[in-house]
Amino acid sequence: MIFGVPLQALLGQLLLGLINGAFYAMLSLGLALIFGLLNIINFTHGALYMAGAFAAWLVLTYLGIGYWGALLLAPLAVGLFGMLLERFLLSRLYKLDHLYGLLLTFGLALVIEGGFRQLYGVSGMPYPVPKELQGGWNLGVMYLPIYRGWVVVVSASVCLGTWLLVEKTKLGSYLRAATENRALVQAFGINVPMMVTLTFGFGVALAALAGVLAAPIYSVNPLMGSNLIIVVFAVVVIGGMGSMGGAIITSFALGLVEGLTKLLYPEAASTIIFLVMAVLLLVKPAGLFGKER
Amino acid sequence: MTEAPVLLKIDDLHAHYGESHVLHGLSFDIPQGEVVTLLGRNGVGKTTTLRCIMGMVGQRRGSILFAGKQLIQMASHQIARLGLAYCPEERGIFSSLNVAENLLLPPVVQAGGLSLQEILSLFPRLQERAGSQGTKLSGGEQQMLAIARILRTGARLLLLDEPTEGLAPVIVQQIGEIIAGLRDRGFTVLLVEQNFRFAQRLADRHYVVEHGRVVDMIRKDQLSVSAEKLRSYLGV
Repeated sequence: MIFGVPLQALLGQLLLGLINGAFYAMLSLGLALIFGLLNIINFTHGALYMAGAFAAWLVLTYLGIGYWGALLLAPLAVGLFGMLLERFLLSRLYKLDHLYGLLLTFGLALVIEGGFRQLYGVSGMPYPVPKELQGGWNLGVMYLPIYRGWVVVVSASVCLGTWLLVEKTKLGSYLRAATENRALVQAFGINVPMMVTLTFGFGVALAALAGVLAAPIYSVNPLMGSNLIIVVFAVVVIGGMGSMGGAIITSFALGLVEGLTKLLYPEAASTIIFLVMAVLLLVKPAGLFGKER
Repeated sequence: MTEAPVLLKIDDLHAHYGESHVLHGLSFDIPQGEVVTLLGRNGVGKTTTLRCIMGMVGQRRGSILFAGKQLIQMASHQIARLGLAYCPEERGIFSSLNVAENLLLPPVVQAGGLSLQEILSLFPRLQERAGSQGTKLSGGEQQMLAIARILRTGARLLLLDEPTEGLAPVIVQQIGEIIAGLRDRGFTVLLVEQNFRFAQRLADRHYVVEHGRVVDMIRKDQLSVSAEKLRSYLGV
Protein backbone atom coordinates (compact mmCIF):
# COMPACT_ATOMS: atom_id res chain seq x y z
CA MET A 1 0.00 0.00 0.00
CA ILE A 2 1.28 3.46 -0.99
CA PHE A 3 -0.81 6.50 0.00
CA GLY A 4 -3.67 4.13 0.70
CA VAL A 5 -3.50 2.73 -2.81
CA PRO A 6 -2.73 -0.94 -3.42
CA LEU A 7 0.63 -1.30 -5.17
CA GLN A 8 -0.88 -3.48 -7.83
CA ALA A 9 -3.46 -0.85 -8.77
CA LEU A 10 -0.80 1.84 -8.76
CA LEU A 11 1.48 -0.09 -11.11
CA GLY A 12 -1.45 -0.99 -13.31
CA GLN A 13 -2.42 2.63 -13.75
CA LEU A 14 1.18 3.66 -14.30
CA LEU A 15 1.44 1.10 -17.09
CA LEU A 16 -1.76 2.39 -18.63
CA GLY A 17 -0.36 5.90 -18.33
CA LEU A 18 2.85 4.82 -20.06
CA ILE A 19 0.87 3.29 -22.92
CA ASN A 20 -1.21 6.43 -23.36
CA GLY A 21 2.02 8.41 -23.13
CA ALA A 22 3.52 6.23 -25.86
CA PHE A 23 0.71 7.16 -28.24
CA TYR A 24 0.83 10.82 -27.25
CA ALA A 25 4.58 10.80 -27.87
CA MET A 26 4.47 9.37 -31.38
CA LEU A 27 1.70 11.75 -32.39
CA SER A 28 3.04 14.88 -30.72
CA LEU A 29 6.53 14.23 -32.10
CA GLY A 30 5.17 14.29 -35.65
CA LEU A 31 3.10 17.37 -34.92
CA ALA A 32 6.11 19.17 -33.46
CA LEU A 33 8.30 18.24 -36.46
CA ILE A 34 5.65 19.45 -38.89
CA PHE A 35 4.88 22.63 -37.01
CA GLY A 36 8.58 23.46 -36.72
CA LEU A 37 9.38 23.17 -40.39
CA LEU A 38 6.07 23.83 -42.15
CA ASN A 39 4.54 26.24 -39.68
CA ILE A 40 1.32 24.30 -40.05
CA ILE A 41 -0.82 23.03 -37.20
CA ASN A 42 -1.71 19.69 -38.72
CA PHE A 43 -5.26 18.80 -37.79
CA THR A 44 -5.22 15.79 -40.14
CA HIS A 45 -2.86 14.06 -37.71
CA GLY A 46 -5.62 12.26 -35.81
CA ALA A 47 -7.36 11.22 -39.01
CA LEU A 48 -4.12 9.85 -40.41
CA TYR A 49 -3.47 7.93 -37.19
CA MET A 50 -6.91 6.39 -37.72
CA ALA A 51 -6.06 5.78 -41.38
CA GLY A 52 -2.95 3.90 -40.24
CA ALA A 53 -5.06 1.61 -38.07
CA PHE A 54 -7.52 1.14 -40.92
CA ALA A 55 -4.72 0.39 -43.37
CA ALA A 56 -3.63 -2.43 -41.03
CA TRP A 57 -7.18 -3.76 -40.84
CA LEU A 58 -7.70 -3.45 -44.62
CA VAL A 59 -4.51 -5.27 -45.63
CA LEU A 60 -5.36 -8.01 -43.14
CA THR A 61 -8.97 -8.36 -44.28
CA TYR A 62 -8.48 -8.09 -48.04
CA LEU A 63 -4.89 -9.16 -48.65
CA GLY A 64 -4.23 -11.40 -45.70
CA ILE A 65 -1.19 -9.35 -44.70
CA GLY A 66 -0.75 -9.53 -40.93
CA TYR A 67 0.50 -7.24 -38.23
CA TRP A 68 4.21 -7.28 -39.11
CA GLY A 69 3.58 -6.39 -42.73
CA ALA A 70 1.11 -3.71 -41.69
CA LEU A 71 3.70 -2.18 -39.37
CA LEU A 72 5.69 -1.42 -42.53
CA LEU A 73 2.97 -0.91 -45.14
CA ALA A 74 0.58 1.38 -43.26
CA PRO A 75 3.15 4.09 -42.45
CA LEU A 76 4.45 3.89 -46.02
CA ALA A 77 1.01 4.29 -47.57
CA VAL A 78 -0.07 7.05 -45.20
CA GLY A 79 3.31 8.77 -45.56
CA LEU A 80 2.93 8.79 -49.34
CA PHE A 81 -0.58 10.14 -49.04
CA GLY A 82 0.77 12.85 -46.74
CA MET A 83 3.46 13.80 -49.23
CA LEU A 84 0.84 14.26 -51.94
CA LEU A 85 -1.21 16.35 -49.54
CA GLU A 86 1.78 18.55 -48.81
CA ARG A 87 2.83 18.90 -52.43
CA PHE A 88 -0.56 19.77 -53.88
CA LEU A 89 -2.42 21.50 -51.04
CA LEU A 90 -0.35 22.59 -48.05
CA SER A 91 2.53 23.99 -50.09
CA ARG A 92 0.21 26.72 -51.32
CA LEU A 93 -0.35 28.03 -47.81
CA TYR A 94 3.17 28.67 -46.49
CA LYS A 95 3.10 32.37 -47.20
CA LEU A 96 -0.24 32.83 -45.43
CA ASP A 97 -1.20 32.97 -41.77
CA HIS A 98 -1.19 29.82 -39.56
CA LEU A 99 -4.93 29.94 -39.59
CA TYR A 100 -5.25 28.86 -43.22
CA GLY A 101 -3.23 25.71 -42.64
CA LEU A 102 -5.31 24.95 -39.58
CA LEU A 103 -8.58 25.41 -41.48
CA LEU A 104 -7.46 23.33 -44.45
CA THR A 105 -6.15 20.45 -42.35
CA PHE A 106 -9.21 20.55 -40.09
CA GLY A 107 -11.47 20.33 -43.14
CA LEU A 108 -9.38 17.50 -44.57
CA ALA A 109 -9.58 15.63 -41.27
CA LEU A 110 -13.38 15.85 -41.39
CA VAL A 111 -13.40 14.61 -44.99
CA ILE A 112 -11.11 11.67 -44.25
CA GLU A 113 -13.01 10.67 -41.13
CA GLY A 114 -16.35 11.14 -42.88
CA GLY A 115 -15.18 8.90 -45.71
CA PHE A 116 -14.23 6.05 -43.39
CA ARG A 117 -17.47 6.48 -41.43
CA GLN A 118 -19.49 6.26 -44.60
CA LEU A 119 -17.70 3.07 -45.66
CA TYR A 120 -17.27 1.26 -42.35
CA GLY A 121 -19.68 2.75 -39.82
CA VAL A 122 -18.68 3.73 -36.29
CA SER A 123 -19.05 0.47 -34.44
CA GLY A 124 -15.37 -0.40 -34.77
CA MET A 125 -13.59 -3.47 -36.10
CA PRO A 126 -11.56 -5.80 -33.89
CA TYR A 127 -7.93 -6.38 -34.80
CA PRO A 128 -6.17 -9.38 -33.28
CA VAL A 129 -3.00 -9.18 -31.22
CA PRO A 130 -0.30 -10.93 -33.28
CA LYS A 131 0.33 -14.40 -31.92
CA GLU A 132 4.00 -13.68 -31.16
CA LEU A 133 2.91 -10.94 -28.73
CA GLN A 134 -0.03 -12.67 -27.06
CA GLY A 135 -0.07 -13.53 -23.39
CA GLY A 136 1.74 -11.77 -20.63
CA TRP A 137 4.31 -11.93 -17.91
CA ASN A 138 3.58 -12.23 -14.23
CA LEU A 139 5.99 -9.76 -12.68
CA GLY A 140 5.01 -10.74 -9.16
CA VAL A 141 3.49 -7.40 -8.28
CA MET A 142 1.50 -7.13 -11.50
CA TYR A 143 0.55 -8.85 -14.73
CA LEU A 144 2.12 -7.27 -17.82
CA PRO A 145 0.45 -8.08 -21.15
CA ILE A 146 3.31 -8.57 -23.61
CA TYR A 147 1.63 -6.50 -26.29
CA ARG A 148 1.35 -3.44 -24.03
CA GLY A 149 5.00 -3.68 -23.10
CA TRP A 150 5.82 -3.97 -26.77
CA VAL A 151 3.92 -0.76 -27.58
CA VAL A 152 5.83 1.19 -24.94
CA VAL A 153 9.18 -0.18 -26.11
CA VAL A 154 8.50 0.48 -29.80
CA SER A 155 7.25 3.98 -29.16
CA ALA A 156 10.15 4.88 -26.90
CA SER A 157 12.65 3.52 -29.45
CA VAL A 158 11.03 5.31 -32.38
CA CYS A 159 10.96 8.57 -30.42
CA LEU A 160 14.57 8.20 -29.33
CA GLY A 161 15.63 7.34 -32.90
CA THR A 162 13.81 10.35 -34.32
CA TRP A 163 15.28 12.61 -31.68
CA LEU A 164 18.80 11.35 -32.45
CA LEU A 165 18.18 11.81 -36.18
CA VAL A 166 17.11 15.41 -35.69
CA GLU A 167 19.60 16.45 -33.02
CA LYS A 168 22.74 14.50 -33.87
CA THR A 169 22.97 13.96 -37.62
CA LYS A 170 23.85 16.08 -40.63
CA LEU A 171 20.36 15.63 -42.04
CA GLY A 172 18.99 16.79 -38.70
CA SER A 173 21.15 19.91 -38.80
CA TYR A 174 19.59 20.80 -42.18
CA LEU A 175 16.17 20.31 -40.61
CA ARG A 176 16.92 22.42 -37.55
CA ALA A 177 18.48 25.15 -39.67
CA ALA A 178 15.56 25.18 -42.11
CA THR A 179 13.17 25.45 -39.18
CA GLU A 180 14.93 28.71 -38.29
CA ASN A 181 15.54 30.16 -41.74
CA ARG A 182 14.29 28.21 -44.72
CA ALA A 183 15.31 30.71 -47.37
CA LEU A 184 18.93 30.80 -46.27
CA VAL A 185 19.26 27.02 -46.03
CA GLN A 186 17.90 26.76 -49.55
CA ALA A 187 20.34 29.43 -50.70
CA PHE A 188 23.14 27.14 -49.48
CA GLY A 189 22.08 24.62 -52.09
CA ILE A 190 19.78 22.35 -50.09
CA ASN A 191 16.54 21.32 -51.72
CA VAL A 192 14.29 22.64 -48.97
CA PRO A 193 10.93 22.11 -50.74
CA MET A 194 11.76 18.40 -51.05
CA MET A 195 12.89 18.26 -47.43
CA VAL A 196 9.58 19.82 -46.37
CA THR A 197 7.62 17.21 -48.31
CA LEU A 198 9.64 14.36 -46.81
CA THR A 199 9.31 15.78 -43.30
CA PHE A 200 5.56 15.99 -43.60
CA GLY A 201 5.49 12.44 -44.96
CA PHE A 202 7.65 11.23 -42.08
CA GLY A 203 5.55 13.04 -39.47
CA VAL A 204 2.29 11.52 -40.67
CA ALA A 205 3.96 8.11 -41.11
CA LEU A 206 4.71 8.24 -37.37
CA ALA A 207 0.99 8.86 -36.78
CA ALA A 208 0.12 5.88 -38.98
CA LEU A 209 2.61 3.69 -37.14
CA ALA A 210 0.96 4.70 -33.88
CA GLY A 211 -2.35 3.75 -35.47
CA VAL A 212 -1.13 0.25 -36.30
CA LEU A 213 0.23 -0.16 -32.76
CA ALA A 214 -3.13 0.98 -31.39
CA ALA A 215 -5.25 -1.34 -33.54
CA PRO A 216 -4.99 -4.44 -31.31
CA ILE A 217 -5.54 -2.41 -28.12
CA TYR A 218 -8.46 -0.22 -29.12
CA SER A 219 -10.73 -1.36 -31.91
CA VAL A 220 -10.25 0.12 -35.38
CA ASN A 221 -12.76 2.92 -35.52
CA PRO A 222 -13.17 6.01 -37.74
CA LEU A 223 -13.39 8.25 -34.69
CA MET A 224 -10.38 6.88 -32.80
CA GLY A 225 -8.22 9.76 -34.06
CA SER A 226 -10.45 12.65 -33.18
CA ASN A 227 -10.79 11.34 -29.63
CA LEU A 228 -7.05 11.28 -29.20
CA ILE A 229 -5.89 14.31 -31.17
CA ILE A 230 -7.38 16.95 -28.87
CA VAL A 231 -5.40 15.56 -25.93
CA VAL A 232 -2.30 15.39 -28.12
CA PHE A 233 -2.67 19.04 -29.06
CA ALA A 234 -2.83 19.90 -25.36
CA VAL A 235 0.34 17.84 -24.84
CA VAL A 236 2.11 19.72 -27.64
CA VAL A 237 1.05 23.07 -26.19
CA ILE A 238 2.32 22.05 -22.75
CA GLY A 239 5.62 20.77 -24.15
CA GLY A 240 6.11 23.85 -26.30
CA MET A 241 5.27 24.07 -29.99
CA GLY A 242 8.06 22.85 -32.22
CA SER A 243 10.27 21.30 -29.52
CA MET A 244 11.15 17.67 -30.28
CA GLY A 245 12.56 16.55 -26.95
CA GLY A 246 9.91 18.58 -25.16
CA ALA A 247 7.13 16.78 -27.00
CA ILE A 248 8.49 13.33 -26.12
CA ILE A 249 9.17 13.97 -22.44
CA THR A 250 5.90 15.81 -21.91
CA SER A 251 3.94 13.03 -23.59
CA PHE A 252 5.19 10.28 -21.32
CA ALA A 253 5.01 12.50 -18.24
CA LEU A 254 1.43 13.53 -18.93
CA GLY A 255 0.46 9.94 -19.67
CA LEU A 256 1.70 9.05 -16.19
CA VAL A 257 -0.04 12.05 -14.61
CA GLU A 258 -3.25 10.97 -16.28
CA GLY A 259 -2.81 7.41 -15.02
CA LEU A 260 -2.21 8.58 -11.45
CA THR A 261 -5.20 10.88 -11.57
CA LYS A 262 -7.38 7.95 -12.58
CA LEU A 263 -6.35 6.28 -9.38
CA LEU A 264 -6.48 9.18 -6.96
CA TYR A 265 -9.40 11.17 -8.34
CA PRO A 266 -10.98 9.34 -11.28
CA GLU A 267 -13.48 12.12 -12.00
CA ALA A 268 -10.65 14.42 -13.13
CA ALA A 269 -8.83 11.85 -15.27
CA SER A 270 -10.13 13.12 -18.60
CA THR A 271 -9.63 16.79 -17.77
CA ILE A 272 -6.35 16.80 -15.86
CA ILE A 273 -4.24 17.42 -18.98
CA PHE A 274 -6.31 20.45 -19.93
CA LEU A 275 -6.05 21.72 -16.39
CA VAL A 276 -2.26 21.38 -16.54
CA MET A 277 -2.32 23.19 -19.88
CA ALA A 278 -4.38 26.10 -18.57
CA VAL A 279 -2.20 26.58 -15.50
CA LEU A 280 1.02 26.25 -17.46
CA LEU A 281 -0.04 28.75 -20.11
CA LEU A 282 -0.61 31.30 -17.36
CA VAL A 283 2.90 30.80 -16.02
CA LYS A 284 4.85 29.93 -19.14
CA PRO A 285 3.02 30.84 -22.35
CA ALA A 286 5.65 29.25 -24.62
CA GLY A 287 5.24 25.84 -22.95
CA LEU A 288 7.72 23.85 -20.88
CA PHE A 289 10.40 23.48 -23.55
CA GLY A 290 9.34 26.10 -26.10
CA LYS A 291 11.18 29.29 -26.92
CA GLU A 292 9.36 32.60 -26.69
CA ARG A 293 8.91 34.00 -30.19
CA MET B 1 45.22 45.97 -69.37
CA THR B 2 43.03 43.21 -70.73
CA GLU B 3 39.64 42.66 -69.15
CA ALA B 4 39.01 39.37 -67.39
CA PRO B 5 36.03 37.42 -68.77
CA VAL B 6 32.69 38.37 -67.27
CA LEU B 7 31.54 35.89 -64.61
CA LEU B 8 28.22 37.49 -63.72
CA LYS B 9 26.23 39.69 -66.08
CA ILE B 10 23.06 41.35 -64.84
CA ASP B 11 20.82 43.06 -67.33
CA ASP B 12 17.61 45.05 -66.79
CA LEU B 13 16.83 43.42 -63.45
CA HIS B 14 13.50 44.30 -61.84
CA ALA B 15 12.32 43.17 -58.41
CA HIS B 16 9.17 43.70 -56.38
CA TYR B 17 8.28 43.08 -52.76
CA GLY B 18 4.51 42.96 -52.83
CA GLU B 19 3.40 46.36 -54.11
CA SER B 20 6.74 48.07 -53.92
CA HIS B 21 8.98 48.06 -56.97
CA VAL B 22 12.54 47.91 -55.61
CA LEU B 23 14.83 47.35 -58.60
CA HIS B 24 14.13 49.32 -61.76
CA GLY B 25 16.17 47.78 -64.54
CA LEU B 26 19.49 47.37 -62.76
CA SER B 27 22.46 46.27 -64.88
CA PHE B 28 26.13 45.57 -64.19
CA ASP B 29 28.92 43.09 -64.88
CA ILE B 30 31.37 41.33 -62.60
CA PRO B 31 34.63 40.23 -64.23
CA GLN B 32 36.08 36.98 -62.98
CA GLY B 33 38.52 37.32 -60.11
CA GLU B 34 37.61 40.87 -59.13
CA VAL B 35 36.28 42.29 -55.91
CA VAL B 36 33.33 44.48 -56.84
CA THR B 37 31.25 46.63 -54.52
CA LEU B 38 27.75 47.96 -54.72
CA LEU B 39 27.71 51.38 -53.09
CA GLY B 40 24.70 53.48 -52.29
CA ARG B 41 22.53 54.87 -49.56
CA ASN B 42 20.18 52.75 -47.45
CA GLY B 43 17.19 51.35 -49.25
CA VAL B 44 18.40 51.77 -52.84
CA GLY B 45 18.20 48.01 -53.49
CA LYS B 46 21.69 46.65 -52.81
CA THR B 47 20.59 43.78 -50.57
CA THR B 48 17.68 43.06 -52.90
CA THR B 49 20.17 42.73 -55.76
CA LEU B 50 22.11 40.06 -53.85
CA ARG B 51 18.91 38.25 -52.91
CA CYS B 52 17.77 38.33 -56.55
CA ILE B 53 21.04 36.79 -57.69
CA MET B 54 20.51 33.98 -55.15
CA GLY B 55 16.90 33.50 -56.25
CA MET B 56 15.53 34.57 -52.88
CA VAL B 57 13.17 37.27 -54.19
CA GLY B 58 9.89 35.88 -55.47
CA GLN B 59 9.07 38.59 -57.99
CA ARG B 60 12.07 39.19 -60.22
CA ARG B 61 12.57 39.58 -63.97
CA GLY B 62 15.32 40.55 -66.33
CA SER B 63 18.51 38.61 -66.95
CA ILE B 64 21.14 37.23 -64.58
CA LEU B 65 23.82 35.30 -66.45
CA PHE B 66 26.38 33.38 -64.39
CA ALA B 67 29.15 31.78 -66.45
CA GLY B 68 26.72 31.84 -69.37
CA LYS B 69 23.81 30.24 -67.49
CA GLN B 70 20.54 32.11 -67.01
CA LEU B 71 19.58 32.19 -63.31
CA ILE B 72 16.43 34.27 -63.40
CA GLN B 73 14.00 31.32 -63.38
CA MET B 74 16.02 28.99 -61.19
CA ALA B 75 15.19 27.96 -57.63
CA SER B 76 17.54 29.16 -54.95
CA HIS B 77 19.14 25.76 -54.28
CA GLN B 78 19.84 25.22 -57.98
CA ILE B 79 21.62 28.58 -58.15
CA ALA B 80 23.78 27.73 -55.15
CA ARG B 81 24.74 24.43 -56.80
CA LEU B 82 26.26 26.35 -59.71
CA GLY B 83 28.85 27.86 -57.37
CA LEU B 84 27.41 31.01 -55.83
CA ALA B 85 27.33 31.58 -52.09
CA TYR B 86 25.65 34.21 -49.98
CA CYS B 87 26.54 35.72 -46.63
CA PRO B 88 23.54 37.74 -45.46
CA GLU B 89 23.69 41.04 -43.64
CA GLU B 90 22.09 39.58 -40.52
CA ARG B 91 24.71 36.79 -40.76
CA GLY B 92 22.19 33.99 -40.49
CA ILE B 93 23.93 32.00 -37.78
CA PHE B 94 21.57 29.25 -36.62
CA SER B 95 20.88 29.20 -32.89
CA SER B 96 19.83 25.56 -32.83
CA LEU B 97 23.17 24.51 -34.33
CA ASN B 98 26.54 24.64 -32.63
CA VAL B 99 29.52 26.38 -34.23
CA ALA B 100 30.83 23.24 -35.92
CA GLU B 101 27.38 22.38 -37.30
CA ASN B 102 26.96 25.93 -38.58
CA LEU B 103 30.34 25.74 -40.26
CA LEU B 104 29.63 22.40 -41.93
CA LEU B 105 26.03 23.17 -42.88
CA PRO B 106 26.42 24.42 -46.47
CA PRO B 107 27.10 21.41 -48.68
CA VAL B 108 30.18 21.35 -50.89
CA VAL B 109 28.87 22.09 -54.39
CA GLN B 110 32.10 21.72 -56.36
CA ALA B 111 35.81 21.17 -55.89
CA GLY B 112 38.09 24.11 -55.25
CA GLY B 113 36.85 25.31 -51.88
CA LEU B 114 39.07 25.77 -48.85
CA SER B 115 39.67 22.68 -46.76
CA LEU B 116 38.38 22.59 -43.22
CA GLN B 117 41.97 22.80 -42.02
CA GLU B 118 42.68 25.94 -44.05
CA ILE B 119 39.49 27.53 -42.73
CA LEU B 120 40.34 26.75 -39.13
CA SER B 121 43.82 28.20 -39.52
CA LEU B 122 42.24 31.38 -40.95
CA PHE B 123 39.67 31.46 -38.14
CA PRO B 124 41.24 29.78 -35.10
CA ARG B 125 38.47 31.01 -32.77
CA LEU B 126 35.98 28.77 -34.55
CA GLN B 127 37.91 25.70 -33.51
CA GLU B 128 38.09 26.84 -29.89
CA ARG B 129 34.36 27.47 -29.81
CA ALA B 130 33.31 24.50 -31.98
CA GLY B 131 30.89 23.12 -29.40
CA SER B 132 29.23 26.44 -28.46
CA GLN B 133 25.79 27.41 -29.63
CA GLY B 134 26.22 29.43 -32.85
CA THR B 135 24.53 32.55 -31.59
CA LYS B 136 26.57 32.61 -28.36
CA LEU B 137 29.57 33.89 -30.35
CA SER B 138 30.43 37.58 -30.34
CA GLY B 139 29.30 39.69 -33.30
CA GLY B 140 32.73 39.56 -34.89
CA GLU B 141 33.02 35.80 -34.40
CA GLN B 142 29.57 35.29 -35.89
CA GLN B 143 30.61 37.30 -38.94
CA MET B 144 33.77 35.20 -39.28
CA LEU B 145 31.65 32.06 -39.04
CA ALA B 146 29.22 33.37 -41.66
CA ILE B 147 32.09 33.99 -44.07
CA ALA B 148 34.00 30.84 -43.14
CA ARG B 149 31.12 28.49 -43.84
CA ILE B 150 30.74 29.60 -47.47
CA LEU B 151 34.45 29.17 -48.22
CA ARG B 152 34.23 25.39 -47.90
CA THR B 153 31.59 24.97 -50.57
CA GLY B 154 33.72 25.57 -53.63
CA ALA B 155 31.57 28.50 -54.71
CA ARG B 156 33.47 30.80 -57.07
CA LEU B 157 31.34 33.89 -56.56
CA LEU B 158 30.82 35.09 -53.00
CA LEU B 159 28.10 37.60 -52.22
CA LEU B 160 28.87 39.42 -48.98
CA ASP B 161 26.27 41.79 -47.55
CA GLU B 162 27.81 44.40 -45.21
CA PRO B 163 30.35 42.09 -43.60
CA THR B 164 31.80 44.90 -41.45
CA GLU B 165 28.58 46.32 -40.08
CA GLY B 166 28.74 47.01 -36.36
CA LEU B 167 32.19 45.47 -35.85
CA ALA B 168 35.26 46.81 -34.06
CA PRO B 169 38.01 48.35 -36.27
CA VAL B 170 40.48 45.56 -35.58
CA ILE B 171 37.96 42.97 -36.77
CA VAL B 172 37.05 45.07 -39.80
CA GLN B 173 40.73 45.08 -40.71
CA GLN B 174 40.90 41.31 -40.29
CA ILE B 175 37.91 40.82 -42.56
CA GLY B 176 39.56 43.11 -45.11
CA GLU B 177 42.66 40.91 -45.09
CA ILE B 178 40.56 37.81 -45.52
CA ILE B 179 38.72 39.24 -48.53
CA ALA B 180 42.00 40.35 -50.11
CA GLY B 181 43.33 36.83 -49.51
CA LEU B 182 40.28 35.37 -51.22
CA ARG B 183 40.91 37.47 -54.32
CA ASP B 184 44.48 36.19 -54.40
CA ARG B 185 43.08 32.67 -54.43
CA GLY B 186 40.96 33.49 -57.47
CA PHE B 187 37.57 33.99 -55.80
CA THR B 188 35.26 36.62 -57.24
CA VAL B 189 33.55 38.76 -54.61
CA LEU B 190 30.50 41.00 -54.77
CA LEU B 191 30.44 43.19 -51.71
CA VAL B 192 27.64 45.39 -50.48
CA GLU B 193 29.19 47.95 -48.17
CA GLN B 194 28.24 51.12 -46.34
CA ASN B 195 31.78 51.55 -45.03
CA PHE B 196 33.37 53.23 -48.04
CA ARG B 197 36.80 53.58 -46.45
CA PHE B 198 36.82 49.79 -46.08
CA ALA B 199 35.53 49.21 -49.60
CA GLN B 200 37.91 51.54 -51.38
CA ARG B 201 41.01 49.71 -50.21
CA LEU B 202 39.68 46.36 -51.36
CA ALA B 203 37.61 46.70 -54.45
CA ASP B 204 38.71 46.68 -58.08
CA ARG B 205 35.59 48.53 -59.11
CA HIS B 206 32.57 50.15 -57.54
CA TYR B 207 29.05 50.36 -58.87
CA VAL B 208 26.91 53.17 -57.52
CA VAL B 209 23.26 52.25 -56.99
CA GLU B 210 20.46 54.82 -56.78
CA HIS B 211 16.72 54.11 -56.79
CA GLY B 212 17.14 50.52 -57.95
CA ARG B 213 19.50 51.30 -60.84
CA VAL B 214 23.25 51.32 -61.33
CA VAL B 215 24.03 54.94 -62.14
CA ASP B 216 27.81 54.92 -62.29
CA MET B 217 30.88 52.72 -62.32
CA ILE B 218 34.17 53.82 -60.82
CA ARG B 219 37.36 51.82 -61.17
CA LYS B 220 39.94 51.66 -58.43
CA ASP B 221 42.38 53.86 -60.36
CA GLN B 222 39.75 56.57 -60.90
CA LEU B 223 38.81 56.86 -57.24
CA SER B 224 40.95 59.90 -56.51
CA VAL B 225 39.57 61.93 -59.42
CA SER B 226 36.00 60.78 -58.71
CA ALA B 227 36.03 61.51 -54.99
CA GLU B 228 33.81 64.57 -55.32
CA LYS B 229 31.27 62.73 -57.46
CA LEU B 230 31.16 59.82 -55.01
CA ARG B 231 30.58 62.10 -52.07
CA SER B 232 27.50 63.52 -53.76
CA TYR B 233 26.18 60.01 -54.57
CA LEU B 234 26.64 58.72 -51.06
CA GLY B 235 25.84 61.94 -49.27
CA VAL B 236 28.80 61.63 -46.92
